[in-house]
Amino acid sequence: MADNTKSKRSSSLGELIFFNVTRLFAILTFLILISIIVSLVNGAMPSIHKFGLSFLWRSEWNPPMDEFGALVHIYGTLVTSLIALIIAVPVSFGIALFLTELSPVWLRRPLGVAIELLAGIPSIVYGMWGLLVFAPIFGNYIQPFLTNTVGHIPFIGRLFQGVSIGIGLLSAGVILSIMIIPFIASVMRDVFEVTPGILKESAYAVGATTWEVVWNVVLPYTKVGVIGGIMLGLGRALGETMAVTFVIGNSDQLDTSSLYAAGNSIASALANEFTEAVSPIHSAALIELGLILFLITFVVLVFSKLLLMRLNKQQGQRT
Amino acid sequence: MMDIRRQRKLFNFFALFMSMMAVAFGLFWLFWILFSVFELGVSALGVDLFTKMTPPPGSEGGLLNAITGSLIQVGLATLIGTPFGVLAGIYLAEYGGHTWLGRSTLFINDILLSAPSIVIGLFVYSVYVAKVGHFSALAGVFALALLVIPVVIRTTENMLVLVPNSLREAVFALGTPKWKVITKVTLRASVAGIVTGILLAVARIAGETAPLLFTALSNQFWTLDLNKPMATLPVTIFKFAMSPFADWQRIAWAGVFLITLGVLILNILARVFFRQKHKN
Repeated sequence: MADNTKSKRSSSLGELIFFNVTRLFAILTFLILISIIVSLVNGAMPSIHKFGLSFLWRSEWNPPMDEFGALVHIYGTLVTSLIALIIAVPVSFGIALFLTELSPVWLRRPLGVAIELLAGIPSIVYGMWGLLVFAPIFGNYIQPFLTNTVGHIPFIGRLFQGVSIGIGLLSAGVILSIMIIPFIASVMRDVFEVTPGILKESAYAVGATTWEVVWNVVLPYTKVGVIGGIMLGLGRALGETMAVTFVIGNSDQLDTSSLYAAGNSIASALANEFTEAVSPIHSAALIELGLILFLITFVVLVFSKLLLMRLNKQQGQRT
Repeated sequence: MMDIRRQRKLFNFFALFMSMMAVAFGLFWLFWILFSVFELGVSALGVDLFTKMTPPPGSEGGLLNAITGSLIQVGLATLIGTPFGVLAGIYLAEYGGHTWLGRSTLFINDILLSAPSIVIGLFVYSVYVAKVGHFSALAGVFALALLVIPVVIRTTENMLVLVPNSLREAVFALGTPKWKVITKVTLRASVAGIVTGILLAVARIAGETAPLLFTALSNQFWTLDLNKPMATLPVTIFKFAMSPFADWQRIAWAGVFLITLGVLILNILARVFFRQKHKN
């Protein structure tokens, strides 16, 4: 009897320890995010004090003179990500459509794996390949072609003029698009698959074509999830460092609207300058760039997560 | 009437054709990248790569110190990140999934999963490197561990939630305390999934460059001292590929080949492992 209570007590002690240890690590995870924000704000303080909010729209980035503004980097980050989305979203949609509606069953798995392998390739590989293999071909053939065709259209044409050197904002955007296609495509495929078969069958039964079923039934049903997937891809693109650093050209000037021009993104400025920053204010300005990047991606990812959660909830209510 | 029908069919045909083109577009890049990596990488392979240190420009050398550095840092980061992630994942799946703390941690974990890795490097720099005053391999290990944790938490939580409740109830009915149910039964039932998650996490950090730039930095020489800067494959590739020296670029291609091969093997291994365990 005494033995029994003893083992009971030791097991409840074990329970207490185990529960609290696991909870401790969950709390630590929570604290990681908070301490990332706190440490970045703290490190950026000198720059926040000196430049205030104007840091966001000043375009001057001049380390020797200790003058810093984030406009060039914010512009480069947003423009490359936008180019990436413009290319990646329709392609991912096509891939998801193929995988869910068209592909023979035996081909689905290998194709899905191939797309996921594309996601597994490290970004440094994309970067080096982009600089040494892709950029020369892009500069010699694709860019002159774009200048001669799209370049003649009024307004938009201005984006496609200038010297074709193969590196710059456009190349960085193209490389980024290849990197985020797998992420967006796999989310789209997953959410397309949750569309109830009965909805699709009803549409087919009244004579809709495959395209009409996907565009008028599947897409409206899953649009929240699709936007969530796109946001997830955008979050990846904004923070991507290596693939962009190799091909963006690393120029802190912003004097042309051409997409062929070299630029700089927040992540690549950090990668290139941070260890070489001598003055404390230069480091602080770079940390503030990091803070801005973190806040932008944070908002995008929260948005993406909330949308995907809404789709799941809606899913739960209907079943 | 016929006209509209033909128009719809034609448009359908066009859309499906574009969808196939999209798949071809995706595969085209995959094969192009793999092809150039293999072509340029294999031609730069040699015994020197595994026996010599990273050279100054213009002389012969290999990647021995970078490969060793990568193995050490990735290994240690996985050793730190795995128990951390598994324990937190257990809490989220078995205890606190519905509490305020559990739900917000799960939410935050998903944000950390996709947070820019360069910001993680910046974070470790300001809380560790700046405080001790020098770059070190240990700082690199911390940064990589922070990338492992969210992946392991996610998979652990996912896999534990999949374990059927009837299994838990059966063991509870024997009078087993909860922590024993978790460690002896539910955790064992989901071990295949968790190992898969760990393999994918290793594959991810093996190619990470950005978080190492301000933490482990790099080192041209051989070192096993965790308090000194240490070379890694990705950072060495970055340095060598950006340089104008042809022999450095050749070594960088060999490095890219090794990393791509390693990461692809890990990815395929994880898939095969997971599928086999789930067939049984």
